[in-house]
Amino acid sequence: MSSYAFLNGNEAVAWGVRLSRPQVIAAYPITPQTKAVEKIAEFVQNGELACEYLHVESEHSAMSCSIGASSVGARAFTATSSQGLLYMGECLPYASGARLPIVMMNANRALATPWNIYGDQMDVMFMLNSGWIQLFAENAQEALDLMVQAFRLGEDETILAPVMVNLDGFVLTHTYEKVHIPSQEEVDAFLPAPRVHPHMMNDDHPMSMSISAGNQHNQEFKIREHLEMLRAEKRLEEIDKEYAARFGRSWGGALESYRAEDAEVLLLSAGSICGTLRFMVDALREQGHSVGLLKLRMVRPFPTEALAKACAGARVLGVLEKDLSFGYEGTLFTNINSALHQKNLALRSFNFIGGLGGRDITRQNVEEMVSILEKADAGTPTIHDLNGRCPV
Amino acid sequence: MRNFEMSPVPKLDSLEDFPLGSSFPSFYITEKNAGWRVFRPVIDLAKCVQCHRCYLLCPDGAIHKTPEGTFEVDYDFCKGCGICAHECKLQAITMKKEGSE
Amino acid sequence: MQWNARNLPEDEHFYGHKACGGCGESLALRLALKVLGPEAYLSLPAGCMAAVSFIYPNMAFRNNATITPFAATAAVATGVEAGLTALGKKNRLSVGFAGDGGTADIGLQALSGAIDRGRKFIYICTDNEAYMNTGIQRSGLTPFGASTTTTPSGRAVRGNLGEKKNLFRIVAAHDIPYAATASIGYPEDFLAKVQKAKDAEGPSYLQVYCPCPTGWGYPPEITVDLAKEAVDTGLIFLGEYEKGAFKLTRRSKEFAPIGAYLQRQKRYRHLKEEDIRHIEEERDRVWAEIFDCWPGGAKSSL
Repeated sequence: MSSYAFLNGNEAVAWGVRLSRPQVIAAYPITPQTKAVEKIAEFVQNGELACEYLHVESEHSAMSCSIGASSVGARAFTATSSQGLLYMGECLPYASGARLPIVMMNANRALATPWNIYGDQMDVMFMLNSGWIQLFAENAQEALDLMVQAFRLGEDETILAPVMVNLDGFVLTHTYEKVHIPSQEEVDAFLPAPRVHPHMMNDDHPMSMSISAGNQHNQEFKIREHLEMLRAEKRLEEIDKEYAARFGRSWGGALESYRAEDAEVLLLSAGSICGTLRFMVDALREQGHSVGLLKLRMVRPFPTEALAKACAGARVLGVLEKDLSFGYEGTLFTNINSALHQKNLALRSFNFIGGLGGRDITRQNVEEMVSILEKADAGTPTIHDLNGRCPV
Repeated sequence: MRNFEMSPVPKLDSLEDFPLGSSFPSFYITEKNAGWRVFRPVIDLAKCVQCHRCYLLCPDGAIHKTPEGTFEVDYDFCKGCGICAHECKLQAITMKKEGSE
Repeated sequence: MQWNARNLPEDEHFYGHKACGGCGESLALRLALKVLGPEAYLSLPAGCMAAVSFIYPNMAFRNNATITPFAATAAVATGVEAGLTALGKKNRLSVGFAGDGGTADIGLQALSGAIDRGRKFIYICTDNEAYMNTGIQRSGLTPFGASTTTTPSGRAVRGNLGEKKNLFRIVAAHDIPYAATASIGYPEDFLAKVQKAKDAEGPSYLQVYCPCPTGWGYPPEITVDLAKEAVDTGLIFLGEYEKGAFKLTRRSKEFAPIGAYLQRQKRYRHLKEEDIRHIEEERDRVWAEIFDCWPGGAKSSL
């Protein structure tokens, strides 16, 4: 029986994971992901979820246990955030290079120092090069749906890559909304049982894994990994279509365009802030502004073509993000600009850095941002601090 | 007696020939280690009492028991470390310079 | 099961590897795998054994085997066992092999967590008293006086000043079902302990002493000889921790002279008389503790 419940983002993730029948879960707490592993523990200890729930002693071991389990073909899940994500950092390319379809929920949170437990995107931007598929949820319903879709996507035998599902810390992990929880039967029909793929360790044909490859071979191993990861963009779209057919909800593929086709000014972001931007696009359109939203759902692999198509008619693009690569610019901005440049698009792009350390991004912030974009001329600085205390 | 066949070095003409992930079948041996040796062990079967000690202590497992119950060195994989000769209590194994006799 | 050279399975499961000639660790692995069998799933971190056995396309293990992140041997080994259990596999034997650096230093946290979780796996630490794969640097298990590249014998300081961490005691303090120290110089004792680890209900730990000709500076043919002499001098003890009790599995009436043992290795040749006396005193201190403090008073199985 499918049902509705009032869930926060963490709980929605827990439900999405439960429905996906994980086999090994490595749990380590870190704010603001704790409620997710706690909810899963409740399911396990109530006998509602049968899996091996391992209490690991660090995030590095959380990912390492997941690697061990996935290496023999078990469906593995773990969750982390900021400091924990960086602590397990060296394990991430181990998993992606070994082509292990581990799914991990990352609660995006600020990085120390200064110490801060609230949400921003500094942590995930660190890990874009790790070989993990990177997905971003806007709300709790999308988070639940993405968890189920992530297992399907990563375990696809043409893809075989680990998947990170990002939820903004506190803003999404801790806020409540009405969420539809599909029934177990429906999810079972959509998500097949995991397979022991031929490259994984098995009794019939023993394998050596995470082998070393010298300079004569290493580059080809990596290129192959990269090319096969690129397939995930199209596959996500296909999976989303099938999910929509079964569950009645579509979130789109790597990039969602909202009222963007005829917009002069485009706003682009990833994560829960898209909810605010969506609301503001409607409000500003009411006032006669020509503005639209591009919601980036998949940052790795990066949807260059889809972005180019979506930007084709616009005059200016504002990239709003909750991270900053010190000494340069926001990382999403760097990614976007590369795509725009490759596709020879004439529109001008601007970077807006806000929300660091969990600071609210307000309606007024968005209005100011749109105002800057509308008035943008040759003299407008490229990078903006959303709170404008000083030039960036 | 070695209980496996040597395996061929894979032909890697295109990306698809490379392994998926960083996995490869176990016990896939493409190279011999014979070239490492400066000295090679020679077992004097007349002195040998088949105590099994040389076979037990070879770090490379390169001393094998024959069906007749004697012991022979797999010279393709012996590195010439000399542990067998040193450990043989009857000095039935001598290390001879590679290339002599 | 009393394993010996005659009743060990003849099949080799570790072959064609690129370890140095006379490598103690590779002998320990080879022998352990004869007891553990080709069905065991192996986890090895960065280290000599990983570096010499997985060089694409030459794979030296017959077993399913994976290289793990350096700190994570015990964590990956646990994950493998959990995965096999979750998949309902009958064969769930998961074994981690790591060196002294990968265990006593960077791997200690994961080892502690894995023992704490109580799930069955075997951890075998091959102790050659330094980070050998990276070129002979000091580790937590490097003994006093040893010259390594990061504790070289210099004009101001003569080699390593720290004492060897008593890792066996640290592991035993977890109340692990079974832990033991061994040496490839006493191979039958080692094989028996591998079997006990295999039979243990829950985690088990073995620390096996493996001389390294490259790192210690001696001709490779005396590897097993040195491994035996180390035990005979009392610098290495052969013991077990089982069901809350310690016991020795070898106890000699008299220790062999330390000086002679040390002089055979280049890493100790710079030592002065006072250093050797210090090493003797430290050995005596460790043995006094064994007799005075081990619950059960160091009962010997002999």
